[in-house]
Amino acid sequence: MTCQDYKDLMMAYLDNELDDEQKQTFEQHLAACPKCAKELKEFEKLKQLTDSVTLVEPEDRIWQQYWSNIYNRIERNLGWILFSVAAILLIIYGGFKLIEEIIKDQTIGALLKVALLVLIVGLAILFVSVLRERVYFWKKDRYIDVRR
Amino acid sequence: MDSFCEDETIDMYLCQGSSKDVFEAFVKRHMKDAYFIALGLVGNHEDALEISQEAFFRAYRNIKQLSSEGKFFPWFYQILRNLCFSRLRKIRVRQTGSLDAYEEDKIQADARDSFDPEVIAERNESKTRLWKAIGKLGDKHREVIILRHFQNLSYDEISKILFCSQGTVTSRLYYARKRLKEILECEGPRPDFGELSRGAGTQKGGRQ
Repeated sequence: MTCQDYKDLMMAYLDNELDDEQKQTFEQHLAACPKCAKELKEFEKLKQLTDSVTLVEPEDRIWQQYWSNIYNRIERNLGWILFSVAAILLIIYGGFKLIEEIIKDQTIGALLKVALLVLIVGLAILFVSVLRERVYFWKKDRYIDVRR
Repeated sequence: MDSFCEDETIDMYLCQGSSKDVFEAFVKRHMKDAYFIALGLVGNHEDALEISQEAFFRAYRNIKQLSSEGKFFPWFYQILRNLCFSRLRKIRVRQTGSLDAYEEDKIQADARDSFDPEVIAERNESKTRLWKAIGKLGDKHREVIILRHFQNLSYDEISKILFCSQGTVTSRLYYARKRLKEILECEGPRPDFGELSRGAGTQKGGRQ
């Protein structure tokens, strides 16, 4: 084994993750390799410094409000979903009613009626196209099942 | 503290009651871990709090994507880390303000500002320098340092939540520590290791 092969053992040795046999193997290498022994010493100092850093614990108030903040998001999200569904349904219904009125209305010219029809068909094509694209990418998403 | 990676599946939670109550129990059990991991990854209190809460919200919204035998925390951790890394990318791009920001060196250099020394208990020069240096590590290197030193996870636990082998964890830790050492050596005098004994053993945020 070369020094490079002992690097992984060095980390595990430093973090006390080696079994007795591996520990013995690594210590034998250390005794014969001043370069690795020096590097280990430096890593030990760094580990000591890193372990000495402690993070400030937030006030109790933060933990008391933590769940309610998440719950508010969940509730608001549900509200938005219901609002959006209702808004879409109302817009579609209103649109149909409007079209019905325009078609029935004899005072409106044929050109305006055709233009309106083309506009609606255009919107429908856009909507279907975007929807199809979203479904296509959702199905083809290579990472959809990754890490779950 | 219970292990992150014990066999805590979605089925175990769902058999205990309604989904909201079950999720509330999950949040209350893991909120501190989530906050401190996010703090280690993004470096400041406000972002860590906001991101950790957003991660729980997204986990709730997407919980059906988790297979019934899927482990809860490793899955949740992926959401949390992706949000953290995404936030850092946004901060870096905003700070550099140009497409040139995608140059790796520049991006890493700009990460330092998001690492607020105020979140360190019992600050001194060495600790502040180390915290800033952690902020300058690449995301994957910083991640293993945070999980190992601030969450006290074993190699086995780290490999489970990162979905990689223990060999990868060891190797990543080696290069992370090496890089950290280089940053500390490059930016001023060697850290005063003599100060360490005074700071060691104090209460650490996150896992005990």
